[in-house]
Amino acid sequence: MNAVQTIQETEDEITEEFSLFDTWEDKYEYIIDLGKKLEPLDTKYKIDEYKIKGCQSQVWLIANEKEGRIFFKADSDAVIVKGLVSMLIRVLSGHTPKEILDATLEFIDKIGMKNHLAQTRSNGLLSMVKQMKNYALAYQVKMNG
Amino acid sequence: MVSTDINIKKSKAFDVAEIRKKFPVLERKVKGRDLVYFDNAATAQKPQVVIDALVRYYHQYNANIHRGIHSLAEEATAAFEATRDTVKEFINARHREEIIFTRGVTEGINLVAATYGRQHIKEGDEIIITGMEHHSNIVPWQLVCEEKKAVLKIIPVDDNGDLVMDDFEKLITPKTKIVSIVHASNSLGTINPVKEIIEIAHRHNIVVLVDGAQSSVHLEIDVQDMDCDFFVISSHKVYGPTGVGVLYGKKELLEAMPPYMGGGEMIKEVTFEKTTYNDLPYKFEAGTPNIADTVAFKAALDFVNETGKENIRRHEEALTKYAMEQLSAIEGVRLIGTSKHKTSVVSFIVDGAHPQDMGILLDNYGIAVRTGHHCCQPLMNRFEIPGTVRASFAMYNTKEEVDELVKGVGKAIKMLK
Repeated sequence: MNAVQTIQETEDEITEEFSLFDTWEDKYEYIIDLGKKLEPLDTKYKIDEYKIKGCQSQVWLIANEKEGRIFFKADSDAVIVKGLVSMLIRVLSGHTPKEILDATLEFIDKIGMKNHLAQTRSNGLLSMVKQMKNYALAYQVKMNG
Repeated sequence: MVSTDINIKKSKAFDVAEIRKKFPVLERKVKGRDLVYFDNAATAQKPQVVIDALVRYYHQYNANIHRGIHSLAEEATAAFEATRDTVKEFINARHREEIIFTRGVTEGINLVAATYGRQHIKEGDEIIITGMEHHSNIVPWQLVCEEKKAVLKIIPVDDNGDLVMDDFEKLITPKTKIVSIVHASNSLGTINPVKEIIEIAHRHNIVVLVDGAQSSVHLEIDVQDMDCDFFVISSHKVYGPTGVGVLYGKKELLEAMPPYMGGGEMIKEVTFEKTTYNDLPYKFEAGTPNIADTVAFKAALDFVNETGKENIRRHEEALTKYAMEQLSAIEGVRLIGTSKHKTSVVSFIVDGAHPQDMGILLDNYGIAVRTGHHCCQPLMNRFEIPGTVRASFAMYNTKEEVDELVKGVGKAIKMLK
């Protein structure tokens, strides 16, 4: 998988896809569908080491570095979170640590899903974004070191 | 079966439409829809009379209490102490000084654990709680157990969500010093046989704390009849303000307990050599209390009394029964907590759907439910579920709102399938 387009381009692409939906139901059905289609994480990774524990749902996240780019895989026990996670992976996976660290992820707000990143939504998604950036930072330090 | 419909709509003494008018928040919209508020077990909405009492205090007689000699201080003190009298009546305590104001149930339990608990628990002693406790009635005791090398024992819960009472007496040994039990479960609704538990415990000279967080709003509370040693309440679950609660304790126990916090108000005389403590209830009320919210708490209790607990209970029971019937008829829905003795809590899970997904979708329909483990992780583990969707009803909820929930659940399931 090569990063054929920039993070911003993918964000814009998703924003455009969501602009086609008229109702919140359509949006959520799409997210649920994304969640169902996300390739499940191998059970060997579904352990505490990779778990980002939210209050209600759980998210597991792994990251691999290949030729200076970071590839993410993730899973969740709740399907809406999984759909949101799937979009984050689509946007961030395959990019360099710097690109990931610089990503503003404004598309989440533009598609009307910002509330899922709020502190009050203890679904682990905010922690997941932080963790993705942490991975990027760790790899950046490693590469420069 | 008597039609639930008739019970809900035609109670003469109780007009839910009139009641709803008294709760301003119920007029608001959520996501463009009429709010359906079914998170009452977390906190109840406030009637206008409570909001008014709160505002009136700050508008007209805000002052620090008990020591000032000016008029405002006298008025504030009188209002604050009037709440104590109303609480005393509300739970039928013997003495007004048995009513200690706290920040809520959590503080009440911590207070007892840190004073009575630390005073009486020795190495190897035992504390008994139930398998359906809120974390606030688990962790304070774990802290005591850790410090004193004592043991926490658990009364198990059966598949319906009832306590396995046969096991309770077997858990008691000469080392058992405290039993601390929830009156009504926040996640299942189960009403526990506290009188029976207390009777058994007292036969073995064990003191009993009853967590009334969920029961005090729904059930008639008579601490003398119940004969509990301690009883704790949170105002915000009884239509009152947040940040206020009550610890009831039998006078002789409270008198023998050491203070919880030191500071102003709780002392009689302070020298650098020795401090003598104030009398009850002030011994346990160090510092300036939450005066405004305590004052407004009285308005909430008066409001509940005027509406009539029995009327409220009948209304909520009918709603609960109706909701349980309707929800269990939906394919894939499984009720968690099917005790015969329940408060107005309906907890359920949906096959193949995470409670959180249900909660997110229901919120978009304007329906506020609680999803998750409800601060009862050990209980969720016992049922081997990550959590539940919980709808909990208050006096202002209606059958039509339950219908909205049932519709919403049906739609959410369809979306998630």
